[in-house]
Amino acid sequence: MTKVTMTVNGKTVSREVEGRTLLSSFLREGLGLTGTHVGCDTSQCGACVVHVDGKAVKSCSTFAADVDGATVKTIEGMNNPDGSLSVVQQAFQDHHGLQCGFCTPGMVMSSAALLAENPKPTEAEIRHYLEGNICRCTGYHNIVKAVLAASGQDAAALAAE
Amino acid sequence: MHNFDFVKPSTIADAVKALSAEGAQALSGGQTLTPTMKQRLAAPATLVSLTGIAEMKGVCMGADGLSIGAATTHATVAKEAAAHYPALAALAGGIGDPAVRNRGTIGGSLANNDPAACYPAGTLGSGATIVTNRRKIAADDYFQGMFTTALEEGEIITGVTFPVPQKAAYVKFNQPASRFALTAVFVAKFADGVRVAVTGASNDGVFRWTEAEKALSANFAASSVAGLTVSPDGMIGDLHGTPAYRANLVKVLTKRAVEAAH
Amino acid sequence: MPKDHGIGASSKRREDVRFLSGRGYYTDDSALAGQTYAVMVRSNVAHGRIKSINTANAAKMPGVLAIFTGEDFKDVGGNPAGWLINSRDGTPMREPKRPVLAHGKVRHVGDAYAAVIAETYNQAKDAAQQLADDSEIEELPAIVDMKKAVADASNRVHDEIPDNLCFDWGWIEDNRAAVNAAFEKAPHITTLELVNNRLVPNAMEPRSSIGEYYPGTGDYKLTTTSQNPHLTRLLVGAFVLGIPENKLTVVAPDVGGGFGSKIYHYGEEAVVLAAAKKLARPVRWTAERTESFLSDAHGRDHVTRIELASTKDGEILAIRTETLANVGAYLSNFSTATPTFLHGTLMAGPYKVPHVYVNVKTVFTNTAPVDAYRGAGRPEATFSLERIIDKMCRELNLDPFEVRRKNLIQPDQFPYTTPVGLVYDTGNYQATLDKLIDLADVAGFDKRAAASKAKGKLRGMGLSTWIEACGIAPSNLVGVLGSRVGLYDAATVRVNATGTISVMTGAHSHGQGHETVFAQVVAEKLGIAESQIEIVHGDTSKIPFGMGSYGSRSLAVCGSAMSKAVDKIIAKGKKIAAHMLEASENDIVFADGKFSVAGTDKAKTFGEIAFSAYVPHNYPLETLEPGLEETAFYDPANFTYPAGAYLCEVEVDPETGKVDIASFTCADDFGNVMNPMIVEGQVHGGVGQGIGQALLENTTYDENGQLLTASYMDYAMPRADDVPFYTVDHSCITPCTHNPLGVKGCGEAGAIGSPPAVVNAVIDALHRGGMTHVKHIDMPVSPSRVWQAING
Repeated sequence: MTKVTMTVNGKTVSREVEGRTLLSSFLREGLGLTGTHVGCDTSQCGACVVHVDGKAVKSCSTFAADVDGATVKTIEGMNNPDGSLSVVQQAFQDHHGLQCGFCTPGMVMSSAALLAENPKPTEAEIRHYLEGNICRCTGYHNIVKAVLAASGQDAAALAAE
Repeated sequence: MHNFDFVKPSTIADAVKALSAEGAQALSGGQTLTPTMKQRLAAPATLVSLTGIAEMKGVCMGADGLSIGAATTHATVAKEAAAHYPALAALAGGIGDPAVRNRGTIGGSLANNDPAACYPAGTLGSGATIVTNRRKIAADDYFQGMFTTALEEGEIITGVTFPVPQKAAYVKFNQPASRFALTAVFVAKFADGVRVAVTGASNDGVFRWTEAEKALSANFAASSVAGLTVSPDGMIGDLHGTPAYRANLVKVLTKRAVEAAH
Repeated sequence: MPKDHGIGASSKRREDVRFLSGRGYYTDDSALAGQTYAVMVRSNVAHGRIKSINTANAAKMPGVLAIFTGEDFKDVGGNPAGWLINSRDGTPMREPKRPVLAHGKVRHVGDAYAAVIAETYNQAKDAAQQLADDSEIEELPAIVDMKKAVADASNRVHDEIPDNLCFDWGWIEDNRAAVNAAFEKAPHITTLELVNNRLVPNAMEPRSSIGEYYPGTGDYKLTTTSQNPHLTRLLVGAFVLGIPENKLTVVAPDVGGGFGSKIYHYGEEAVVLAAAKKLARPVRWTAERTESFLSDAHGRDHVTRIELASTKDGEILAIRTETLANVGAYLSNFSTATPTFLHGTLMAGPYKVPHVYVNVKTVFTNTAPVDAYRGAGRPEATFSLERIIDKMCRELNLDPFEVRRKNLIQPDQFPYTTPVGLVYDTGNYQATLDKLIDLADVAGFDKRAAASKAKGKLRGMGLSTWIEACGIAPSNLVGVLGSRVGLYDAATVRVNATGTISVMTGAHSHGQGHETVFAQVVAEKLGIAESQIEIVHGDTSKIPFGMGSYGSRSLAVCGSAMSKAVDKIIAKGKKIAAHMLEASENDIVFADGKFSVAGTDKAKTFGEIAFSAYVPHNYPLETLEPGLEETAFYDPANFTYPAGAYLCEVEVDPETGKVDIASFTCADDFGNVMNPMIVEGQVHGGVGQGIGQALLENTTYDENGQLLTASYMDYAMPRADDVPFYTVDHSCITPCTHNPLGVKGCGEAGAIGSPPAVVNAVIDALHRGGMTHVKHIDMPVSPSRVWQAING
């Protein structure tokens, strides 16, 4: 067992972990942060995406011990301090960018990372950036719209309905 | 997966020492190794993470070319190599997806030498030099077939130095599921000739298409490859494409890489 | 102005707030005191005889609490098929027992033959590996190819079924001679052999089940990823383990997509319940993605020969099909209904076809069970039909738009009885086709094709005019046809004393947004705010009964039950109001949330009536019970028949064979629309899956029955950059004539209508590019297949 310490959603946490403990298990089982989902075993689906030191990573393919000392943000840390939805989250609701909700945490975390890097992405840039996040419900239409809207662009005009 | 001891040294010397232990294996981002371990296809006793070693990170332009630390992530290369070697930066920016690029490293990719990975094509196509804790290995000597390299027991890649060509491009045709290369071609035009490296196509892993190199060295134009043929012998045949299909892609993508080179 | 609340408004989804905040509650999110972990031991051969399973070593490993094998369940019931199909000769289908854990033989890669329960997941996993190593399974030749399976009687998936045939079904058998006669004298016959590719549903949430047992009361609880918890309770309780329904609660909390694969009862649910009883501790199991690939019910997998008889100017005279349908190793719950009554009855499409005959032979193979997947039988029918009409148009050099227009049922012909047993109540197929031609700017195609050509691409367009029968019904008819369940649904509307409302519905939402839409309907009908209404679903202890959500039935069937229950509330409210307002009940009108005496300003609000029902001081107690809660069951009189027209434009790269979807346009008639935003989202999702089937997704077993596409590394899921923005429209409305809301189903539409549009577009592009030798390409129309077709 190894002791790891991280700052997760603004709070410092320490736990004893096995070498094989994945960051996703650390969050879900260790900290009860079950918003981070595990949808595959091959780092393809992206339901497990969280931010480690500000960057999107797949928590199911990252060992907890390998990010000892890091600052981690999960979907539970995305809401505004007053509990309301942040701009990206709100755009997903406004534009129906989710259905079953399972891929949604990863989708939101990836979208937020994209907008941090590229505040006004084009449709093509959004689609390319989200290639590591699989959604089975939405056909992606409203996800792309939501990200366009979150970036302050006219989503309706860009995605003619 | 089976349990293991996790160590994260901060110097190359400590890493080499840790890797000398029985059953120790290097982890350099883990975007391939972790899924493999989940399937219990790899079960190291000790996992030695190389991503905490500062001297193995970074992108730096020098007299020999562009040097990239082995523990540098694809995302960092995509960003920091862009001004010096745009084709290589674009290659790095097209590996996996953004989250994978934030963890995966050039050293990890080259040590694994997946036959459908991108970096082997960029490295062989550039005629780069792989630097290890023991020696320097020319790319032409380094890649020795699918998942096989010149690395010896206990030897770790510490960096890679890329000569920067006059023009280059990497054109990748995605395997639709994994988004690895179904086939991809890296073309680099140097003052003394053209190199063409192909990944994803051959059962022997990354290879140089020497006929195309010769033709393009004489005349760097897409039309130069028009008359060439690629044999399907030895090409990979799987669900996503037959050997003949991959042979076709080698030619089509080479042509497109020449057109895209800048 | 679009409406901002109630029916027809694009109300934002209330469930989104928890999903977007990471506070959804899916099965695997629970953490229970004393919980234990189950891991299944699965066959790594497709077909084998279990010689021995030595549990001794595994049982001694750290943390191991219990081990189950097929032997432990050999005396309990099998997981039954929900629909009895009779063969053409009148004999009933062959129904091999589907055990909880494989016993005697393993029949597909991934067939679970043992389960290990341990204190931790890793301990269970380690012991499962040991148990696999200590099991002797004699490998038998795998039966994978359907044609070979039927031809070779010596090699059997089930020892008692000699030709691996479940049934040989004819629809309608009595019409066969007339259909053959029509072909005899037909001026033109078009023939096509095609494959409807096997798909893995791939809900993003893997299946997961948690069993609990309370020794003090003998009660069980199963929390599971289900689209219909009541059916699961019936199957795992009454049929398999013999647990009475009143001792078993089944809860399906937030469920991360289903698409059919979570309709069914699976053996893991029985294992966790039996193990929970044995250990008196919670037992949890969650599939890894590869387990999902190996053990979830797959979809489609038909091999079809279709023939179409027509005049030289494209009037359809008769259709005849022969299909081999793969059911896999065992009969999943609705696997026998899918290739028959959900497929054969749709083979006339939206067309006036005098003669249709459908033959389906359903075959056992050493592959995962195959059952309903989004669309279920109707995509298979639509694909066959729309592809062969396209082929006929090419053979006769006819315009595909005009040929369809000529053959479509006319608006004045409804109700229309088809030769395959359905009565379409209403529709206007010309209207959706006209709408499509306009929306997709068919007139501008040549210009776009020229632009594509300048880029070295071939552009093509493909049309599909589709219809489906959904909201399956009525129970007495489906009973005659072999269904072993009723297909009604139920709802309870509970008005609380303060006027807030809890609606308990038998529908289950796993992405469809029922919590929002059902509240809109109730709010509209009662004239109160949506925020006062709570929709409760997915818990057998709270809901009267339900058949769950699949087959685009939620609103049409469950919503109708809810609507009826609301009507009962209003009727009772009128009685209360009449008493309070000292008026005749017949003079009370209810509108805008108020009960008033007609022609006067005397009125009571809905809230006042509710309060009076629970504080019945001024109340007709001698004739009316207090309280305001009503339950309704609704059994639909007919299917609903949504229909539409889809157009896909593709660009094909002739050098690589890669197909890009340039545009996709849908004009649908879903009847009345309750929430346009959600309806559009359903169409987007369905089209996304249809594009996946058409271009990307393939489930491939090798000749030994090994699944080659058992992870996302090889099974190509549509990603954001594989699809475009879609143009969708639902403004052509012919309301359903027989349900109270006038609604039709919309959940499966996209997946039904889109695959043929995509493939037709690819063939069109190749023909326009001069490659007229390409008559058909099987799905998925992958780059290598297109390149092969071009160069073949």
